[in-house]
Amino acid sequence: MQPIHLAWVDYTILFIYFVFVIAVGWVLKRYMKGSADFFLSGRSMPAWVTGLAFISANLGAQEVIGMAASGAKYGIMTSHFYWVGAIPAMVFLAIFMMPFYYGSKARSVPEYLKLRFDEKTRGFNAISFAVMTVFSSGISMYALARLFEILLGWNFHLSIAISAIVVLVYIFLGGLTSAIYNEVLQFFMIVFGFAPLVFLALKDVGGWGALKEKLIPVATSQGFAPGTWTDSWQHMSSATDNPMGVGWFGMVAGLGFVLSFGYWCTDFLVVQRAMAANSMSAARRTPLIAAVPKMLFPALVILPGMIAIALHVSGGNHFLPLKNGVPDYNMTIPVMLVKYFPSGLLGIGFTALMASFMSGMAGNVTAFNTVWTYDIYQSYLAPGKSDHHYLWMGRWATVGGIILSIGAAYLASAFNNIMDMLQLVFGFVNAPLFATFLLGMFWRRATGHGAFFGLLGGTISAAIFHGLALSEGATAGIKGGWLGQHFTFHSEMGQNFWMAIVAWTSCFGLTILISLATKRNKPDEELKGLVYSLTPKPETAHEPWYKRPVTVGILVLAAAVVLNVIFW
Amino acid sequence: MNFDLRLPIGIMFSLFGAMLAIFGLASSRDSTVLNININLWWGLVLLAFGALMLVFAWRRRKTPPQQK
Repeated sequence: MQPIHLAWVDYTILFIYFVFVIAVGWVLKRYMKGSADFFLSGRSMPAWVTGLAFISANLGAQEVIGMAASGAKYGIMTSHFYWVGAIPAMVFLAIFMMPFYYGSKARSVPEYLKLRFDEKTRGFNAISFAVMTVFSSGISMYALARLFEILLGWNFHLSIAISAIVVLVYIFLGGLTSAIYNEVLQFFMIVFGFAPLVFLALKDVGGWGALKEKLIPVATSQGFAPGTWTDSWQHMSSATDNPMGVGWFGMVAGLGFVLSFGYWCTDFLVVQRAMAANSMSAARRTPLIAAVPKMLFPALVILPGMIAIALHVSGGNHFLPLKNGVPDYNMTIPVMLVKYFPSGLLGIGFTALMASFMSGMAGNVTAFNTVWTYDIYQSYLAPGKSDHHYLWMGRWATVGGIILSIGAAYLASAFNNIMDMLQLVFGFVNAPLFATFLLGMFWRRATGHGAFFGLLGGTISAAIFHGLALSEGATAGIKGGWLGQHFTFHSEMGQNFWMAIVAWTSCFGLTILISLATKRNKPDEELKGLVYSLTPKPETAHEPWYKRPVTVGILVLAAAVVLNVIFW
Repeated sequence: MNFDLRLPIGIMFSLFGAMLAIFGLASSRDSTVLNININLWWGLVLLAFGALMLVFAWRRRKTPPQQK
């Protein structure tokens, strides 16, 4: 497609946003007195700030663009990634897991593993996580530069340089606080940048009723039942009945349990935001506050995709650009921004997109510099230095992390396969992780050896399963099946969900078996505050109802159920 | 920390809102999509949000911050 030209008013908006982002870092500089200020925001953030940052760290541009693409490709079933694949795990994190993360005073998720299990479990998690964050941040940077090159004709290298410098400056100056504040800013940019898009697109298509009508031919032309794009659960009894190629069990167990709890409850990228809260109560409310917008986001990110495909099919296949004869779903949001937004609002829309790419990078960089400094540098390379020294290290780890991300971005632009391969390997490492945390937090008999070898076994079994399974129509190799094709799935997504189930189950089983066979390495004394049965429950009876995690958690879950029922 | 995030949010969105609204009034033909002057109307929405944030920040300033 032809690059479009932004007007001066659009560039002014983008420029003003950059000025604010950097100014926030500048103002915060004088508050960064010790390493705890830089890495943990001095545990001083109010719940509404950490809550919005928590959801914003997750709402990167790839999420916005990817979910709109899925909305076009799969319809309303994409909402399972929200109402099944996020809300329950967020409530679980708030009620059951936050007391350990926050109460143990661990400074990072790997450090919790060290307190609960042993050094090698922490090392394994810290190193794999650090590598992963650098690559994720690099991929964000690459995606931003690529998109702006196609859409606006910007120079690829210039986009990389600008985004890297802006993120570097504000994190170098203000650390995690700066990242969190900018994530809140970005949250509002995204909401106010995309809400008018949904409004205009919905008006264009003729409202919800007309949209439903127009989505019927989208479903039937691909051989599915008429309501497939607008019913979230009705076409899931078999994997062949829906475009995702996933059955209800694979969805609920693979996405809703293993992948979702693994991400929301153990990924330091999001958990770090809650750890920065100013009290136990605020830390526990963080994921619950985040759950409210998360529940409503399908209207902001999935609905545009559904409208785009409806207009595409009913309007003679012109709405979306074609790529090899099929719609290029990833261009859904960019194309709609250009189509519906006049100059002025277009500046807001692009700034929102730019902001979310940058906060995707910033989130990874802040998680990286913390894990690097506390879990790798302080633990293995230079223990026993002054706090001032670690603050200095954190600043330079930010620079190092960004340089490595730039390297990863160029690697991604040169070898797309390397990125696919790395994401695959991270998938193997992440899939079993939640089993380790679940046993660690709820079973005091789980041992360090059990955790480490269970995790390793889970990772290996994920790799083996991947080697034995393939989705229909795919060729053996990076998509799986490199050990021979023994299981066939209807879609790659189904294959991923089942890989997660296998990895989790083997890690769970192995950890129990090895723990029973090995001696406990920590007595009950040392596990206080780390294991459920040995930790006093946080007292919340004196709080008003809206500050009690259990009460709010139940309300949030009930609201998610209602949404599932409405769009059944 | 004596820094209220609502202040920069309020200033930024008020500024964006004012810019959009004025731009929408000045170039109403180019700003109109599907018969709505979207720059003007959305500018007013942003302005209202920005002003609300500023009011919150200002009210907090008047009441002394509680010591923790």
